[in-house]
Amino acid sequence: MNKKTTERLWILFFIAPALAVVCMIILLPLFMSLFNSLFSWKQLIRQDFIGLENFRKVFFTEPYRTRFFNALRNNGLWFIITMLIQNVGGLLIGYFLSRRIWAHEFYKRIIFIPVLFSIVAVGFLWSLYLRPNGLVNGFLKIVGLPNWTRAWLGDESIATFSIIFVNIWRWIGFPSLVFLAAIDNVPMDCLEAAWLDGASDRQVFFSVILPLIVPSILIITVLTIIGSLNVFEQIYTMAGLDGSPNFSTDTIGTLFYRTAFGSVDSGNPEIGIGSAIGVIIYLLTFLASVFSIVALGKKEVEL
Amino acid sequence: MKKAGWFFVLAIAVLMVLPVAAQKTELTFWTWRPEDTEKYEKLLATFEKQNPGITVKITAIKNTEYNTILSAALSGGSGPDVFQSRAYGGLETFAQSGYIESLEKWVPELKNFSKVALKGATSIKDGKIYGIPFATQTLFVFYNKNIYKELGLKVPETWDEFLANCAVAKKAGYQALANGGKDGWTLEVMMGSMCPNFYGANDFYDAVVAGKTTFQDPRFVSAIAKLKELTPYMPELYMGVSYTDMQSAFINEMAAHFIGGSFEAGYFASQNPKLEFDVFPGPTAQKGDPHYVSVYADGNFSMNAASKQKEAAAKLLRFFAGKDTGDFFIKELQQVSTVPGVDTSASPYITKVLSLQKYSTPYVFLVGFRYNQPTGSTLIQAALQGLLAGKIDAAEVCKQVQEGIATYYEPFKKK
Repeated sequence: MNKKTTERLWILFFIAPALAVVCMIILLPLFMSLFNSLFSWKQLIRQDFIGLENFRKVFFTEPYRTRFFNALRNNGLWFIITMLIQNVGGLLIGYFLSRRIWAHEFYKRIIFIPVLFSIVAVGFLWSLYLRPNGLVNGFLKIVGLPNWTRAWLGDESIATFSIIFVNIWRWIGFPSLVFLAAIDNVPMDCLEAAWLDGASDRQVFFSVILPLIVPSILIITVLTIIGSLNVFEQIYTMAGLDGSPNFSTDTIGTLFYRTAFGSVDSGNPEIGIGSAIGVIIYLLTFLASVFSIVALGKKEVEL
Repeated sequence: MKKAGWFFVLAIAVLMVLPVAAQKTELTFWTWRPEDTEKYEKLLATFEKQNPGITVKITAIKNTEYNTILSAALSGGSGPDVFQSRAYGGLETFAQSGYIESLEKWVPELKNFSKVALKGATSIKDGKIYGIPFATQTLFVFYNKNIYKELGLKVPETWDEFLANCAVAKKAGYQALANGGKDGWTLEVMMGSMCPNFYGANDFYDAVVAGKTTFQDPRFVSAIAKLKELTPYMPELYMGVSYTDMQSAFINEMAAHFIGGSFEAGYFASQNPKLEFDVFPGPTAQKGDPHYVSVYADGNFSMNAASKQKEAAAKLLRFFAGKDTGDFFIKELQQVSTVPGVDTSASPYITKVLSLQKYSTPYVFLVGFRYNQPTGSTLIQAALQGLLAGKIDAAEVCKQVQEGIATYYEPFKKK
């Protein structure tokens, strides 16, 4: 056995277990759902090959179409609001922490703690806080704003926003820390040069720091896209599988789960359609990843 | 040589033990009621005593995950021998996938069960019976007897009397109704308790199932509109009030009424033994009209078609179809057992529920329209949330339900 073959065997030896796991629990189910989405189903039994019929149903026939685009719109809402509030907020927090404001180490930890919480626990606790007679409404009454009390999770027009808010509360520490690390990594000589030239803090932020942390912004953006497409647990714990009330919090994640597995109170599984939705989620996520690789590759050359 | 000797000793020992072990049959049984596991163990101990040589291993899985786990196990060929199965559409999924044994030849006792109960265990495709129904549920109104006494109220017969009672309770500072709208299924229950007397109970049910009328029938629309009249008596911000909030309001004697199902009683009694409650059926438009209640079969006990121990499994199922199990449901679980001829005198509550079932009508969306997606239940639950939140009116609720069901329901397509 020559040296090269030995080396290759060793590499294979180290990669094989991970590769096997990835194949078994990621690639195989992926192709199974792609496969399943091309068949018609009679309850839990696979029937005939029908090509892209299930996809056509999802996009063009009722009642699937309304539900799918309603869910997709909510995913869009998740992305936009998370970008605007969580990531912009995270950037600001990261910036202030990097300025070493008073007790910044303390703030850093406080802000990051919710990221470590279990998503299910957060959903459960906040759904208690957001009850009609829960903590949030109680607080509003105490501070003299009784008109602001709402059925936060039961009102169609605000339920999605409430859940997004909870998720932002939970997750904002993550972009904050990423941006903090990125800003701390901005070379000191760039900043000193800017200050010597008499740039204001604002100019330094927008003209020096921001362009230099674009890779981090891109990473966070891509993670937000992927996160927004995969929203599920938050809805499941706070609103239930049906995207209650009146489908106003439905996302493609809950729609997928409900369609493929059925929900206890109200539905039977339609595995073909469910698989098709699963494949669509996968494709969208895949596109986001490709975008991130291409965009990041370009930016890295710049630096 | 020494090693080989040891091997023979071991092999002989194993061979001697095997036949003894083989005489013992271990059945596996799955339930979606983890909260009742201990009670079930007691019941199964009785079975084991009556059937020496058979032991039953019970596995309880959380209600909301039960279907998913069971279908994965059954399609993987590793399911339990005997399991609780859902009624109606939930049964159909497994029966038509070929995972459940039809039971006519295994359990002769099925002949004696009532037709209403058996409907939840019968496939609409092939008409075979795939389970032993274990309980029926009835939808009506719970009321707090102490609050009624304190306010000098009488059990209402008509809709107007009911609203008047609600108004008195509200004025006295109680929640007139415990019910909220956050969990869609509780609204469907509300519909099932309140509406049959206004949409014409069985006449409408038979007509709509046959496709002779639709959910846009004026009778149904006006019945749905009645629900809107209840909103002034629901709790503050009722759209955010969840099922558990509803339960705690009634259990803690903050609410005078709880529109719900017979399945609540056991929990109410165990959470607050001092709570004195009784039930009355949905009110009618006029005095003297019969009070219809929605009734449905709750679930069944079924046999895995791939079980390797069908003889023993059949014994367990026959036990589930017998008196011991019937008594168990009434005494231990406070559920209305479907086992024929069970003595209910031990429980005045169940005697009362059975007396209300004199005028019963199928719980419309569960019994008739839960076989395809989108199910009638999914549609009505979401639409009722829209109605109570004031986003849509009763006519729109009925239109959404009708159009959703018409996408697959053959009798509606001919229209």
